[in-house]
Amino acid sequence: MNRRDALKPKLGNDGKPLIGANGKPMHYLLDPPSMAGKLWVWRYLILRRLSQVTILLLFFGTFHWGWTLWGQPVLTGNLSGSKFLGILPMADPFAVLQIFVAQYILDSEVLIGAAVILGLYALLVGRAFCSWVCPLNIVTDLSSWLRRKLDIRDVFRLSRNTRYLVLAAALVLSAITGVAAFEWVSPIAMFHRELIFGIGMGWMAILGVFVFELFILKHGWCGHLCPLGAFYSLVGGKTAQLKVHFDKETCTHCGECAIICPEPQVLNLKKAGQVGTVGNECTNCGRCTPVCPEGSLSFAPRYQIGKHSNSFSQENPTSIRRAA
Amino acid sequence: MTNTSRRQFFTRVTQGAAVAATGGLAWFYLLNEQSHASAWAIRPPGGEAIDEFYAKCIKCGKCVDACPFDTLKLASAGVNIPIGTPYFVPREIPCYMCLDIPCQEACPTGAISSNLEDINDARMGLATIDIENCLSWQGLRCEICHRECPVQNKAITIEHHPRRLSKHAMFVPIVHGDHCTGCGVCEKACPTEKAAIRVVKPEYVQGKIGEHYRLGWKTDTPITQEFTPSQSTTSPGQSTEQALDYLNQDSSL
Repeated sequence: MNRRDALKPKLGNDGKPLIGANGKPMHYLLDPPSMAGKLWVWRYLILRRLSQVTILLLFFGTFHWGWTLWGQPVLTGNLSGSKFLGILPMADPFAVLQIFVAQYILDSEVLIGAAVILGLYALLVGRAFCSWVCPLNIVTDLSSWLRRKLDIRDVFRLSRNTRYLVLAAALVLSAITGVAAFEWVSPIAMFHRELIFGIGMGWMAILGVFVFELFILKHGWCGHLCPLGAFYSLVGGKTAQLKVHFDKETCTHCGECAIICPEPQVLNLKKAGQVGTVGNECTNCGRCTPVCPEGSLSFAPRYQIGKHSNSFSQENPTSIRRAA
Repeated sequence: MTNTSRRQFFTRVTQGAAVAATGGLAWFYLLNEQSHASAWAIRPPGGEAIDEFYAKCIKCGKCVDACPFDTLKLASAGVNIPIGTPYFVPREIPCYMCLDIPCQEACPTGAISSNLEDINDARMGLATIDIENCLSWQGLRCEICHRECPVQNKAITIEHHPRRLSKHAMFVPIVHGDHCTGCGVCEKACPTEKAAIRVVKPEYVQGKIGEHYRLGWKTDTPITQEFTPSQSTTSPGQSTEQALDYLNQDSSL
């Protein structure tokens, strides 16, 4: 099916087609009838689940079934600290930062590991941890899917910047108590650890996050409170190469992307139109790209987006001035 | 800015600060509760300095991965041990004191201290005997803990206690804190229904004599400027040897 055939005009209350901000009619994107078409629309969702489950499985298989490759254990440890094939150390840079703030000197292995992960997210894939690695994402995606089906309203409102306050509190408390404050309560680490090393009472924390996101506040944990997400937003938001590119010319402001996006504030289209890319808290989950009827959103390396916006500003200097 | 909006602004700021303070206090309480009110658990060798261990452990579980005997496990939520930290229960699987200390090797942060070079220097805990339930102390010939102990004949020795003529002597195990690593092999091996020898936190059972006591008959008692073994009890004309003999023999002075 051609992309054009999948479009259906969006009608207003008076039955007339709605006209977008760029003067073109708004559209819905119809679900493709074929399985192949559906899989293509769901491609990033499928890839993300594969990535999340594969990482979990590598940890689990190495621990429980002794998976080795070239005589080396495949992936030991967990997301807090791990080693790939006995050579490449990896560590959670936020956990290391907390221990550092608690004023303890760590061994070099974990410092190298933290640098590896920090480099990966800061230079290459941005805040991709949240949607491609974090096991809790599977749970919170489920709750937001149920929310869309059941049309549940929020109990209260909370600023999405609260997470930066939580991030600051985690560091302050680490300094005061002398232990890594978030690591000792993190539902992410709890969930991940218990999946690999054996189930305890940690599922209650996961249930808590699920219920909170489902009934109390939409994206309440991942989008409002989680300091790890806040950390990776700060780390990867401005420098990482992988970004969702926004094409102002084709966008009709139909709002389809904002419905599916777990961090809709990154789709501030006025700002995105100026810089050519979505905001820093974008998790690169890719959910918006297949649902956009006009194809205005797509993954692109940052250096290309830079070129785009440059040529764009030369062609249309007035639009930039208006936006500013 | 009008008075009303200024008041609203300050109210909002105060409300925000109150929420942050309440949340922060609850979080602080949780951390304190976990790190100080939790039960004592036996840590991997080299993890004895508990504050440092708690601070440095990143809860990655690589030590658990590395342990060849599946001794170590990570504390899951709800076991009253700080969450995600490695520990072991010797009655289930004790530490078999690998010479190459693979758990220490695997630790990326140094929570399992790399200062520990010889596994025999580990002090994971201290074996303690409940002499009211120990078979040997009842007069049976058990001594299993003594034979199983990896620090053979040093951490646990057998002493014989002679009894009246109608009964044979008792051969009782004695634990020596200078050598016990707290590996828990004795606790695992103990044949009583509940182990009569257990690894406990050393501070629970270990006293301290104090600097001012001098055991004059012990030749390895340090001789300091203030004190020599012959100083206190001997009257003029007696030699140190005589004084020592007095303690070891039944003859009077």
